[in-house]
Amino acid sequence: MSTDTSASIAGVYEHPTREAPDKSTPQLHAEVARGALDDAGLAFDDVDGFFTAGTPRWMLSLIEYLGLSDLSYYDSTDVGGSSYVAHVGHAAAAIAAGKCEVALVTLAGRPRSEQLSPLSDGPEVPFEESFGPSPVGLYALAARRHMHEYGTTPEQLAAIRVAASEHAQYNEDAMYREPVTVADVLDSRPVADPLHLLDCCVVTDGGGALVVVSPEVAADLDRECPAVLGHAEAVEHVDGGHLDVTHTAAVDSGPRAFAEAGIHHADVDYASIYDSFTITVLETIEDLGFCAKGEGGAFVEGGTLRAPDGDLPFNTDGGGLCNNHPANRGGMTKVIEAVRQLRGEANDPVQVPDCEVAIAHGTGGSIASRMGSVTLVLGADR
Amino acid sequence: MSENGSSAGDSPTGDDLPTPTPEASPETAEFWAATSEDRLLLRHCTDCDATFHPPRRICPECHGDATEWIEASGEGTIYTFSVMRQNFGPFGEAVPYVLAYVELDEGPRILTNVVGVDVDEVEIGQRVTIAFDDTGEGPKLPRFTPA
Repeated sequence: MSTDTSASIAGVYEHPTREAPDKSTPQLHAEVARGALDDAGLAFDDVDGFFTAGTPRWMLSLIEYLGLSDLSYYDSTDVGGSSYVAHVGHAAAAIAAGKCEVALVTLAGRPRSEQLSPLSDGPEVPFEESFGPSPVGLYALAARRHMHEYGTTPEQLAAIRVAASEHAQYNEDAMYREPVTVADVLDSRPVADPLHLLDCCVVTDGGGALVVVSPEVAADLDRECPAVLGHAEAVEHVDGGHLDVTHTAAVDSGPRAFAEAGIHHADVDYASIYDSFTITVLETIEDLGFCAKGEGGAFVEGGTLRAPDGDLPFNTDGGGLCNNHPANRGGMTKVIEAVRQLRGEANDPVQVPDCEVAIAHGTGGSIASRMGSVTLVLGADR
Repeated sequence: MSENGSSAGDSPTGDDLPTPTPEASPETAEFWAATSEDRLLLRHCTDCDATFHPPRRICPECHGDATEWIEASGEGTIYTFSVMRQNFGPFGEAVPYVLAYVELDEGPRILTNVVGVDVDEVEIGQRVTIAFDDTGEGPKLPRFTPA
């Protein structure tokens, strides 16, 4: 394993709210920023790098609102829900280049309480929106084709929700804590065939924040600071109409991040895997190489994803499927739960013993149109 | 197979889908103008032979300027689809309807709707043909119906 630590995650905070009708989105940013800095043992005045995406779209207004004055680096890369996974990598690179030492990453939004702006106003919009797609509908296109090519079943997709729900029961902040069965998923309302309501993530107000710091700053903190061992990004898109919806850009980001970290699949003790929908998890597991292409369905059956004893414990907070998907963007909570696992601070029954290496993988956009996939490898600070 | 929505009761769906008027840009105006004449255009690169959609003037493969319009046959095959049971806004009023990628015989897979069909009868691999849907504002939407 790589021993070069370019940066570490010193603080994380997941907002406990899931519905915030009486707060502004900037206020949620401020609350999560304060939470993550408190967790790290740092203060707003220590922050010299700032990273965010989404709302508010104009980064400078949020910087002003938060009272951040001594910034030497900022980045509002927006690739949808995986943005915050990317921000960790960008922050680590900026820290390694000497551009900043304490990078704050925030996410907040209130999709339960207010309509969010569409992700894209790009040139493809008239060629897509005219036909009534929805986020679920697009992922359903991927699920249907995956079933057609590989024989994946609705029961196998449901097994992913089942595992997430079993983890969520131990998370007192989770939106849905009740464990569900495969039958519950299949009996839930069809939203976009073949995906049911329980194949879909929750819609939650809230947010989260991270503090990424230099090795020098980490050395002075009293907190376990998991190291950023590897990070890689990749894109896939419609490709002029030559797209393949059965895989994600994780086929590229995964191997690069693993190589940078110097790890193999067997080294991964815990995986946060983006779970906007059950099919997102299934394709990602295949694309990251935990099983062969097309074998994801068989892989997720039989408790593979269950913590603490499954072969690949995943999303122990309950994930986006059951716990939280603030601002319709799940990357932030993926990183937060990976850090909890590496610090031994996950909820007791689902804490993976001796968790040394964790991954956090984000999928922003849509696997049936255009996506930014980001893979992050983190190592325990021991 | 030719069910054109004439029967009541188990009526084929998609006939009441919203027809939002697409916003044309200088780069796509000819595409949308052609739809008003029931013609589906694709963009083709004479240098590298790429055929792509949505259209753009600079080839996304070789990045040259030698692109031109070609007229598609309007025939294709369903690559994948979903029966939409829930959505927001006007499309939410039109459920169930079929969202699909249709692979045109010329190669590109385009996002569209399959209409004039019982939603339970739609299959991957099914042959479809274009069924232009008039927005009433000039452009027509390239939707598809079973061939």
